Amino acid sequence: MDTKGEPVISLRGVRAELGSRPVLRGIDLTVHRGEVVALLGANGSGKSTAVRSVIGQVPVTDGRIELFGTDRRRFRDWRRVGYVPQRTTASGGVPATVTEIVSSGRLSRTRFGILRKADHEAVRHALELVGMADRAKDSVNALSGGQHQRVLIARALAAEPELLIMDEPMAGVDLASQEVLARTLREQVALGATVLLVLHELGPLEPLIDRAVVLRDGCVTHDGPPPHAVGQHALPGHDHVHPHAPAGAEPIRTGLLS
Amino acid sequence: MDFLDYAFMQRALLAAVLVGITAPAVGIYLVQRRQALMGDGIGHVAMTGVGLGFLLSWSPVWMATAVSVLGAVLMELIRWYGRTRGDIALAMLFYGGMAGGVMFINLAPTGSNANLNSYLFGSLSTVSESDVTAICVLAAFVVLVTLGLRRQLFAVSQDEEFARVTGLPVRALNLLTAVTAAVTVTVAMRVVGLLLVSALMVVPVAAAQQLSRSFAATFAIAVAIGITVTIGGTVTSYYQDVPPGATIVLLTIAAFIALTALAAPLARRRARALAAAQPAGDPAECAIPATRAADHGVDV
Repeated sequence: MDTKGEPVISLRGVRAELGSRPVLRGIDLTVHRGEVVALLGANGSGKSTAVRSVIGQVPVTDGRIELFGTDRRRFRDWRRVGYVPQRTTASGGVPATVTEIVSSGRLSRTRFGILRKADHEAVRHALELVGMADRAKDSVNALSGGQHQRVLIARALAAEPELLIMDEPMAGVDLASQEVLARTLREQVALGATVLLVLHELGPLEPLIDRAVVLRDGCVTHDGPPPHAVGQHALPGHDHVHPHAPAGAEPIRTGLLS
Repeated sequence: MDFLDYAFMQRALLAAVLVGITAPAVGIYLVQRRQALMGDGIGHVAMTGVGLGFLLSWSPVWMATAVSVLGAVLMELIRWYGRTRGDIALAMLFYGGMAGGVMFINLAPTGSNANLNSYLFGSLSTVSESDVTAICVLAAFVVLVTLGLRRQLFAVSQDEEFARVTGLPVRALNLLTAVTAAVTVTVAMRVVGLLLVSALMVVPVAAAQQLSRSFAATFAIAVAIGITVTIGGTVTSYYQDVPPGATIVLLTIAAFIALTALAAPLARRRARALAAAQPAGDPAECAIPATRAADHGVDV
């Protein structure tokens, strides 16, 4: 299953600390072109830190990160990456319209921040994708949490990225927005997008996900098909056995279901 | 309009209008980043520059510019590196700047507290020809940055993390904002004074927000308010012999109160229209119970 396409994101032995507390203790993670990978784990397992290290928000103390085959520190082609941060309740101190927010996602494709006709069209198209075109001129402060999340996704889509990185896109999102979100993501995947998602649970996105990587205490404890909490898997204490693990290897205790 | 016949009034009005444009133009980014008091901090640091200017007999305006730019860069670096003790470091910078100003001006042969006062609270009628030149040059820089880079500065001020992923040079833009704010402080110093500078950066933006839904409109209205109050305050001080800096600031606050009173019914009507436009069955935030239930299935 590791031979789908060239790696778009590659982490090798990545370690990171917040303060002096180790948050990532040498994780390996590869996302191939066209794959949809979910990063799962409890709060504090390091899943947010892992994606934030990919985009250079968290200083890495050891290991190697590559984006599209380029060392992350030398990577400059940010137009290929669409990032949806974990939604914070705090918005800016000045009102801004939906269009203004989404337009800033287009900056990676403009020179000197000058928006041309094609840029305005891309912004409008991104808003249509998430079903927010009719709210284009509204202040983001007037939106619900789910609508706000859709705006942030439109902002990432405005640059027409090949890779989408989303940090908990479903957190605190109403059901209607969850459906829109799942549909949008499905369309992007159909168009060939590569997706790395941080998720608290698989939820409505489950059918989309090719592979799940589970983090626990800053280590990868599972890398394979998304875990299903059905049948015998739902039994307490169930251990996930890697299909390609060496014979006789200790079954990986994901701790997912216990 | 007889006040226009006097050269000192022409200079005062020009300086005042430039402040009315530049202060809100920078202030809007500071307010957006929730650093509304940064202007105040820079104002304190600039006092050391004024004091040094007197001590070394150099132009206090240019000296204040140099020192406050240095101070602003230092503040930005403290914000960047110092996570937990950042506020203490900033406080020391502010008070050190203020104390330094008082000290230097007293050491200066030509300096006196009266001199310092004209920088603390503004002294429009003593704005000289060379002051006006300096203010024009500095204001041009501020306008160029705040308008020319408005999309970049907006993105960085709105969401620094996202801005970095769009490939914007976030650190450089942050430093540029800090430097521009510092330059604005010294532009405004002669008009409203270092202690009141921050008011012109923040209050017009706060007032404009009462009416606007977009960043662009907030920007335009804030600058319009800035120009109105600086002209209004300058002309009032000519006829009434009141301190122009204080008059301008009080007018700005009056504008804020008036617009807030005006906007309350407007906002209510807008909210009603919005509620009417929403479909009746629009689900509110009801995903939380579902999330909790699923947590037990998948999470550790």
